[in-house]
Amino acid sequence: MEFSKEIIANYNNWVTIFLMVSGLYIVVARGNMVKKLVGLSLFQTSVYLLYLSPGKILGGTPPIIAEGFTVYSNPLPHVLMLTAIVVGVATLSLGLALTVRINEEFGTIEEDEIFAKGDDQ
Amino acid sequence: MVLLTLMAAITIGIVRIRNLFGVVVLSGIYSFLMASVMIVLDAVDVAMTEAAIGAGISTVLMLGALYLTKTHESDPIHSQIPALFIAIVIAGVLVFGTLDLPPFGEATNPIHLNVANYYLENSIKQTTVPNVVTSVLASYRGFDTLGETAVVFTAGIGVLMLLRGRRKSKAAKDQERQNEA
Repeated sequence: MEFSKEIIANYNNWVTIFLMVSGLYIVVARGNMVKKLVGLSLFQTSVYLLYLSPGKILGGTPPIIAEGFTVYSNPLPHVLMLTAIVVGVATLSLGLALTVRINEEFGTIEEDEIFAKGDDQ
Repeated sequence: MVLLTLMAAITIGIVRIRNLFGVVVLSGIYSFLMASVMIVLDAVDVAMTEAAIGAGISTVLMLGALYLTKTHESDPIHSQIPALFIAIVIAGVLVFGTLDLPPFGEATNPIHLNVANYYLENSIKQTTVPNVVTSVLASYRGFDTLGETAVVFTAGIGVLMLLRGRRKSKAAKDQERQNEA
């Protein structure tokens, strides 16, 4: 009983950790560069969740001041994550552009094949 | 909770599928689910941005990159066990860390007791903007947002330079071929 309570209380944190770790796993284990970038953005979105879930107050409303509401969720994580999303898409586009260039240069986007070609030369 | 479980399931799909087209579509679905979770967590501005940028622009960018490269991932030649080991160890450490976190969603948590109340109380008085996220982003912390636009600008220049070089080199190769012919 105690343990199931613990699970419910920490469920969003644990899903966040699962997403984070699977993003890390993709980045480390997969050699394909587009897949690596997907893993990187997976990691990044899990960080959004990590920041936003402590900012929530149960029974609160979004932080837009209006009459009749007194409890608002914390606006600061929202501001931080807005910035993070925009910077994230900037880095993602830069990474994809690099991938396209690598594909032009080596004819492949698999890390192992690129290393093999480097050894041949 | 259902949304979070769905997200975890989609993540497993992203890890396992080798067709990159499928991976990109799944990551679009993932972003939409993430946006729904954000609405549940009261972060409406962030949810809107995530739905537009995460599910929209990112997916389009990835599809464009796939069009210019290849859509299938080859099988790995190395063992995956070290990576899995690293991932599981880090997950274990992080889960251990969550056991000491304050409870979810209570107004007395430390995060709610610092500057957040200052912004909530003074936003209307000082900036006349009712949306606190907007007033913090554009007014109180406007310099940070300026820095953010600088980052986006730099990234845009980087992409332009990388892809313009590509077109040039292609033109140069065509020129060489013509010269040879």
